Amino acid sequence: MSLNLHGPGLWYATRATGLVTLLLLTASVLLGILTAGRFASENWPRFLSQGLHRNISLLVLAFLALHVGTTVVDTYTSISLTAAFVPFASSYKAAWLSLGAVALDLLLALVATSLVRKRLGHRAWRRVHWLAYACWPVAVAHGLGIGTDRSATWVLALSAACVLAVLATAAWRLVMAVRLGPAR
Amino acid sequence: MTALAHAPARALSPRARVPRLLAGVGGGGLDEHERRYGPLPGPGRRPERLIDLVEAAGLTGRGGAGFPVGRKMRSVAAGSGRTVVVANGAEGEPASRKDRLLLTRLPHLVLDGITLAAQAVEAGQAYLCVHAAEETLLGRLDDAVEERRAAGLDPVPIQVTGIPGRYTSSEQSSIVQYLNGGPAKPTFSPPRPHERGVGGQPTLVHNVETLAHLALIARRGVSWFRAAGLPSAPGSMLVTVSGAVTRPGVYEIEMGTTAGEVIMLAGGPAEPLQALLTGGYFGTWLPVEAAWPAPMTHAGLKAAGGALGAGIVVALPAAACPLAETARVVRYLAEESAGQCGPCLFGLPALAGALASLAFAGDRDGNIDEITALAGLVERRGACRHPDGAAQLARSTLRAFPADVNWHQWRGACDGVRRPPLLPLPDDEERGWDWR
Amino acid sequence: MTHALRVNPIACTGHGMCAELLPELVELDRWGYPVLTSPTVPRPLLSHARRAAQACPTLALLIEEKSGRHR
Repeated sequence: MSLNLHGPGLWYATRATGLVTLLLLTASVLLGILTAGRFASENWPRFLSQGLHRNISLLVLAFLALHVGTTVVDTYTSISLTAAFVPFASSYKAAWLSLGAVALDLLLALVATSLVRKRLGHRAWRRVHWLAYACWPVAVAHGLGIGTDRSATWVLALSAACVLAVLATAAWRLVMAVRLGPAR
Repeated sequence: MTALAHAPARALSPRARVPRLLAGVGGGGLDEHERRYGPLPGPGRRPERLIDLVEAAGLTGRGGAGFPVGRKMRSVAAGSGRTVVVANGAEGEPASRKDRLLLTRLPHLVLDGITLAAQAVEAGQAYLCVHAAEETLLGRLDDAVEERRAAGLDPVPIQVTGIPGRYTSSEQSSIVQYLNGGPAKPTFSPPRPHERGVGGQPTLVHNVETLAHLALIARRGVSWFRAAGLPSAPGSMLVTVSGAVTRPGVYEIEMGTTAGEVIMLAGGPAEPLQALLTGGYFGTWLPVEAAWPAPMTHAGLKAAGGALGAGIVVALPAAACPLAETARVVRYLAEESAGQCGPCLFGLPALAGALASLAFAGDRDGNIDEITALAGLVERRGACRHPDGAAQLARSTLRAFPADVNWHQWRGACDGVRRPPLLPLPDDEERGWDWR
Repeated sequence: MTHALRVNPIACTGHGMCAELLPELVELDRWGYPVLTSPTVPRPLLSHARRAAQACPTLALLIEEKSGRHR
């Protein structure tokens, strides 16, 4: 099978990997919030939320690489590699694509600082990690706004489910913060 | 309680062993000071020789820990580059008044000590730290520094600084953090201040009394210093005596003087005594029979089951209730937690509650075990010694007063809880302290 | 070369992951803060200790090397 650089194949790949990235990113955010909120039950220890959060974040990077790769290689649209990292470097749906670039940059910052967390120190790491609350909505907006699958109901439903899940978990987190009190 | 020095203002007689620090107390400025104690010794060609002197003299810190001063100075001076000297006069311990006395009546002696220490450890900057609320004192110290500056006395600049008056703020790492622009709360070590302190430089932190002794050692030498006290604990020290004594105040004693002699110096008991609190609010209760013959040295009091601390002695009358006094102090200590470490933040209020329960409500809920368990749970699990001190005080209460504990366990509060509280706490009047 | 566990009590906020990952050496007190039940880390548990230190959300669990020399 030859790689058809012109045609729907790569385009489907881009959209598919994009969607999977979003789902994984949502899962990562949910697990991160659960970790911070100290969620635990008899069968779910705290280190499980944290371990999954870290591993899924790396998976996000992997699928994101595929998503970017298929987009760049696809000759149907002329999106350069630069445009994946730099906002407004492409003319194709500049605004929505830029959101994707921003989300990618933020994600790189989050992962990079997490990898050198020990050297960075907890306080500096934590300040950067708040950006996760910016990264995820920007990624969601990128996915919806880029418009390719906006008409598909199941995509909309999936996106809505992601948003609801994060909002609900964030609300839970706020309640936990109030309840846990000082020194936490 | 007034802080008086019962020492006439006369020149230091070579044969009288004490008073030494307090020999020249009595106000007046720089000229008066130089007349009474002699001029500030110059550093000479090798200012670090002072460290040899201090080591030979065997001077130990007078801030409570009793660490050998020479060793501390050596470790600060050991590195290359500039260092910092911090004089700790913040005196967070409510039952202590000696630092305040020194700074009010003998500021130049302390400032001499700062300058000499600064020169010996090659400091580029020095700080004199005092409770921030003492505005008059801060002003007078600024004037004293200025007077010396005009006389060209202090080559290393001395900055008078106000420190927040919280109990944990006068701890040395708190002061260092505060001087570095942070809150006056203890920090985790390593690094210790003598490794990396103010501005990242090795910092020598000493109690103001320690520096005052240093100023006299530089003038009079090692044999003079060792002529008082014991070979194992040379020199003199300031003690703050309060409670049921006729003349509470600050006294200067030779190291090794017994606690009983100290009580007699303070005019003797004002009413029959049952115990002495030694060391301060992080110290220990000692039944009066055990305390009376105990020599006032770190080793001596420790052997008797007490603690020297910063030379605090509070006399507890027989009619007072030690459990109520302790419950009240531990509640204060709990409120004074810096709140940074879980075991202290949660453990001290629980300990205070258990003590209050025992003092006022009897042991129906197993408070004695709770007190012992909590004391063990908070010790050594904070960043500083604050929880350790509270635990030590709580434990010593159970140990020193078995009869009282027994009474309270089965019969509830004794009559002593109705007396007005004896152990001083800040803002007692404003608090309108409620026993319960 | 022996290793010792240490908790930075100021950084610690009582998450409790250390006790989950290293129950042989760490227990939690009644408020959720770690109590170290052994001063040294036995060799077989060293990798678990490292993992626990890495997992601590506030980097409060420390592993210190003791060279055996008296300090």
